[in-house]
Amino acid sequence: MAAVDLTQFHKTFFEESVEGLDAMEAALLALDSGSTDHELVHTIFRAAHSIKGGAATFGFTDVAAFTHVAESLLEEVRSERRVVDATLTDLLLRSVDCMRAMLDRTAQGQPAADANSEALRVELAQLVEGKTAAVAVATKSKAEVVAGWDIRFVARPHLLQTGNEPLRLFRELQQLGRLEVLRAFITDAAPAEFAAIDPGQCYLGWELRLHGAVARPDLDALFEWLDGDCDLTIAAVPAPQEVAAPAPAPSAAAPAVAAPAAAPAGTREVSASGSAEGGSIRVGIDKVDALIDMMGELVITQSMLNDIGTNFELSQLERLREGLAQLERNTRELQDSVMRIRMLPIGSVFNRFPRLVRDLERKLGKQVRLELQGEQTELDKTVLEKIGDPLVHLVRNAIDHGLEVPEQRRAAGKPETGTLTLDAHHEGGNIVVRISDDGAGLNRERILAKAVERGLVPPGQQLSDDEVAELIFQPGFSTAAVATDLSGRGVGMDVVRRNVHDLGGSVGVKSVAGKGSVFTIALPLTLAIIDGLVTAVGEERYIVPLISIVESLRLGADTVRKIAGGGEVFKFRGEYLPMIRLHRAFGCPNAIAEIERGIVVVVEDDGQRVGLLVDELLGQQQAVIKSLEKHYERVQGVSGATIVSDGSVALIVDVGGVVRLGRRIKAA
Amino acid sequence: MHENTADAAPAVQQLTFSLAGEEYGVDILSVREIRGWTRVTRIPQAPEHLLGVLNLRGAIVPVMDLRLRFGLEREDYGDATVMIVVAVADRLFGIVVDSVSDVVDIDPAAIKPVPDMGSVVDTRYLKGLATHVERMVMLLDVEKLMRPEDVDVVATALSEARDAAVSA
Repeated sequence: MAAVDLTQFHKTFFEESVEGLDAMEAALLALDSGSTDHELVHTIFRAAHSIKGGAATFGFTDVAAFTHVAESLLEEVRSERRVVDATLTDLLLRSVDCMRAMLDRTAQGQPAADANSEALRVELAQLVEGKTAAVAVATKSKAEVVAGWDIRFVARPHLLQTGNEPLRLFRELQQLGRLEVLRAFITDAAPAEFAAIDPGQCYLGWELRLHGAVARPDLDALFEWLDGDCDLTIAAVPAPQEVAAPAPAPSAAAPAVAAPAAAPAGTREVSASGSAEGGSIRVGIDKVDALIDMMGELVITQSMLNDIGTNFELSQLERLREGLAQLERNTRELQDSVMRIRMLPIGSVFNRFPRLVRDLERKLGKQVRLELQGEQTELDKTVLEKIGDPLVHLVRNAIDHGLEVPEQRRAAGKPETGTLTLDAHHEGGNIVVRISDDGAGLNRERILAKAVERGLVPPGQQLSDDEVAELIFQPGFSTAAVATDLSGRGVGMDVVRRNVHDLGGSVGVKSVAGKGSVFTIALPLTLAIIDGLVTAVGEERYIVPLISIVESLRLGADTVRKIAGGGEVFKFRGEYLPMIRLHRAFGCPNAIAEIERGIVVVVEDDGQRVGLLVDELLGQQQAVIKSLEKHYERVQGVSGATIVSDGSVALIVDVGGVVRLGRRIKAA
Repeated sequence: MHENTADAAPAVQQLTFSLAGEEYGVDILSVREIRGWTRVTRIPQAPEHLLGVLNLRGAIVPVMDLRLRFGLEREDYGDATVMIVVAVADRLFGIVVDSVSDVVDIDPAAIKPVPDMGSVVDTRYLKGLATHVERMVMLLDVEKLMRPEDVDVVATALSEARDAAVSA
């Protein structure tokens, strides 16, 4: 049989395994919270089973061995031989974490097993064996003295059609112990005439000997795949008897078994590391169908326009206009559909929180009810991948600092169980994620004291509640009286803010003492398209992202003051802001140099505001961001380029970069 | 598109163009298209010879003026002014030249190394000299044209590494 390159399927396997583990985790948590739905157990079992099968097929033996033990345990639960309790779910949840880590390591081409996974595997195995001992005493007494197993395995003709593969089976057996092929033979099912042999059928049987003290259930689990597809007899080989006599029949099958199994194993490791790169998206078939529909309409419009174009008369002008309008509509719909392909429900991020909350509850002795809302809200995949960590941080903070322990809550007249709500919804062109808790709220005094101690505010300064809340986002701010391993280890809210900011979003907090806090994260729908304000500077067009614009205004000639060192400032809402003449920063000729004739766009980046002088504002436009780096290089003060309506290129202003550029001009 | 194309191939097809009265050639395999001069968008902090970027069917492609690149006098763009879009290692860039002349076959054996002749042209960007119908054609090295600094840096690093390996 031809060796199939299995590495091409590795990526799919890893993706599916991760999904399977997520499903396992979710089901385990549901079981943990008291659900008795038998379907949950099946879900968990199925996930473990397919990961094991996949791992064995691809030769990830460590993963397969680990999953195998976990599966044995699950099998007992499934067949109601074992009761689900907190210890068991806990152990299984740890196993899920362990499998996830093992798969990660495998995907990176590292050995999957480590001390941790080994210890857990032993723990699982002991649990399985202990129980097995109690249930099947007969097997146990045998298992203790057994030195190996004699297996007579006769394939039924349709074996191969069920997706089973004797080679893989042998490989799995080899993981349990040394496998010896005593005899391979042709079964009675084989037709007498050569011409009648169907290559799709399997007419082979084997007599095998597995050396080593292998537990019978492990063996049975392997053959469980083949139930009904083969005739099987398994007999124990007693311990004292030394198996010396080699099979008399020239076992032609033995080298045949070994050779192809070894060949792909060598090539596999090389490509395993490569498979971790790149990403893929699973797209719902409805989205693809919508795309195809849209494409169909576009083709119709195109042929209609073509028709008008070939014999154009002025009388057809109206039809041409109609056609163009239709084209515009089609294009916009197509753009929407294409963008939607990148959109995934935020539920995939939310799903990790039940587990996190459960772990934190136990660790901190708090009672938390987690409510998830708006899991179906869709976000761009890139945004989704990057929002996970900030959210985890906020949830940790809310439970660690926000929610009180039950006694305190009772004393405050609140229910003992605190509520933490994660909510995602659309608001304008943004996705808003809210993390609210009904805990103690921000501690104004403690924050202020800390801020004074850190020198963030001068002592005795009066600050509004909002201003105090702002303080927690300052770099190096952490108020936890005791630094726990959950939060308060230096990576504070400033990191959250910076991460969200990198995604083009913003984060804020509202808090009422004694009632709780609400953190609000606003995110752009996608990173590939921004809403921008088109401005003219000389002959050039620059696009300023709308999200960073505070206000645009016209200033009088004498409102701009030169300060020492050559910088310019102007007064805006009571504070002095640096003025950056964009034409000077970007070196554009023929631009308006007089302040009173141009327009000042006040922009904000990372809490810092500056004014940008431009010639005029031309209007708003959605800009599809294109990379300058692909064919050129990074340019300071420019975050990318886009193509404007006349087909020419306009550069998108990187507000943060321009602010820095402004400083340099000031310094020069 | 690598440098030894010249030694191996039986005949090298070159697209020739003129620049300040001289004839230049560029390997036809690296040419993506030839188009008339259109306005480009300026790039801040770019060197003078880099005119800006252009929308080439959705890709943002930098365009350089070869005259300025070679330190020649600037000339106003006219009807004959064209842009040759070339590709180097997946990167596209446009070069503005006075006019495009012809596609010619150059015998690799006829390609001579560039003498250090103190010509008006910085010889770093030339692969060699060839003669075609009694006229000299200077063969451009597009890779060096695109990122001369990078190429130099890489070359220096490579030779240093090689020296280090030899002495070790």
